[in-house]
Amino acid sequence: MEPARRQPVVDVALQADAAAVDAQASRARALDSLRFWDNVYRWLTRGAAIGVLVVLGGVIVSLIIGSIPALREFGFSFLTEQRWNPVTEKFGALAPIYGTLVTSFIAMLIAVPVGLMIAMFLTELCPKWLRRPIGIAIELLAGIPSIIYGIWGLFVFAPFLQETLQPALITIFGNVPILSALFEGPPYGIGMLTAGLVLAIMVLPFITSISRDVFEAVPPVLKEAAYGIGCTTWEVVRYVVLPYARVGVIGGVMLGLGRALGETMAVTFVVGNAHRISSSIIAPGTTISATIANEFTEATSDLYKSSLIALGLILFVITFVVLAAARYMLLRIERRIG
Amino acid sequence: MALLAMASARYASRRRRNIVAMALSLTATGLGLGWLVLILSALLWQGFSGLSLSVFTEMTPPPGSDGGLLNPLFGSLVLTVLAVVIGTPIGILAGTYMAEYGRYDRLSSVVRFINDILLSAPSIVVGLFIYEVMVVPMGHFSAYAGGVALAVIVMPVVVRTTEDMLVLVPNQLREAAAALGMPRAYIIARVCYRAAKAGMITGVLLAIARISGETAPLLFTSGDNQFWSTNLNNFMASLPAVIFHFALSPYKEWQQLAWTGALIITFAVLALSIGARALTARKDS
Repeated sequence: MEPARRQPVVDVALQADAAAVDAQASRARALDSLRFWDNVYRWLTRGAAIGVLVVLGGVIVSLIIGSIPALREFGFSFLTEQRWNPVTEKFGALAPIYGTLVTSFIAMLIAVPVGLMIAMFLTELCPKWLRRPIGIAIELLAGIPSIIYGIWGLFVFAPFLQETLQPALITIFGNVPILSALFEGPPYGIGMLTAGLVLAIMVLPFITSISRDVFEAVPPVLKEAAYGIGCTTWEVVRYVVLPYARVGVIGGVMLGLGRALGETMAVTFVVGNAHRISSSIIAPGTTISATIANEFTEATSDLYKSSLIALGLILFVITFVVLAAARYMLLRIERRIG
Repeated sequence: MALLAMASARYASRRRRNIVAMALSLTATGLGLGWLVLILSALLWQGFSGLSLSVFTEMTPPPGSDGGLLNPLFGSLVLTVLAVVIGTPIGILAGTYMAEYGRYDRLSSVVRFINDILLSAPSIVVGLFIYEVMVVPMGHFSAYAGGVALAVIVMPVVVRTTEDMLVLVPNQLREAAAALGMPRAYIIARVCYRAAKAGMITGVLLAIARISGETAPLLFTSGDNQFWSTNLNNFMASLPAVIFHFALSPYKEWQQLAWTGALIITFAVLALSIGARALTARKDS
């Protein structure tokens, strides 16, 4: 330790004075700079938040501008015509729209009950120590990229269906009056049914994890009361949990539907890419996203490209409405939970 | 007596119904997990046989000959880095605004709603958007366009996780920092970000997992490239795009490479999402 240096009294006072002036000035400077950076950061973050809106606006505007030539050429008939002929440049979106809706419908038909059942298992039946691992495994299923489902669907799942499920469906329903039309034609393996099944596997995790979350949000008191008066587990789920969680479940289902409608790669691999509307669900078809993915790089004329962009616009509008409704419902249940 | 018999018959039928429902839920869970096992085992089975050192050291081959996946691996890496570099800062800033500056204002609730929609919007539409705004003006496909397309997908994921994690930071921390005289921006940067760091990194990891398999937005933004290219203003191969082309080709060698590529992507994605989970799990305990 160095001994404290003695300084003349006068010097200390002068120094303190000078230091005070100095400190005041530097304090003001520091405050100014803090205020400045504070403001800069505030506006930077605000700008980024607005940027999110700009991106969505950009998507909508660019799709509308891109599809103007097609919509001007075909008008409303773009939505109602089935033809899709790149040679004569006559385009109609009905077949892809139909395929998108049918494949998504098949997917939801399977994924919703299965997803709800898994959610029920996880919340009511499963032993505590198993819940997390199973939950994580189901969520990993959600993380697998769609192209993996596509390549698996094409090389493994479609040949499997071609040999087993599809011939079985054809023989079972072949003689039933109305249903036979649904399963008409040879078993190709690929087709709308296959696409629907692959989509079902893909949206299952979304529906499961959201249903599980809303099931878990049901107040235990309600369930305990139902168990207390002697309800079975199934009755508790059916008459207490499901009614209470209804809005959230519908939200989750619609979120899954939004995914299914817009899913591209998995469907492109297995749907068959045939521009026609067929009553048979085992026949090859196409969806909006598969059409765009397959044909966009090959589209040479402006009208062809613009028609594909118009398809994208239709897809975006459909999914936007579905997703907005889903979010609105989930928001409602979030508010109720608090 | 009759009443009792009726009651016990009713009881039996309720029990039966319950057993059926429970059996169904068990089957459903088995089905869900079964798919995961089926897909992963098919991937391992098909992809592992093609996995060798040459996959990582050789270029994609012309039809009918052997090769590797070096250029698409590199391309995917470049595109992912571009996407993260562009998308993450915007996402973090927007999430910060929504959690810190304007948690309850109108702009935040609108952005929250729109962001949630962007989060699950069809990725092929993002590809069309970037095609319109970047590829058409530039006149050709490029890695830049691909990176921006992926950034549009990264952004909403990061916005969401950043906001969620910052909201979880206890207000006492902010108040304590404010009482020491820290300005808002410094509180956010020095206190809130530090408290929420693990969660925010998780968000970025999840976003990377999400884009590493994205194919649809790349098909007509970065295109595909058979050759080695480090020029960001040129076509760039990417793993998903190569898988798409090779899997649909009639050549056995190409199909094998597609499977191997699929295996690599899947395990990268699974590792990322498990890593992200481990990061948040550690924080919970």
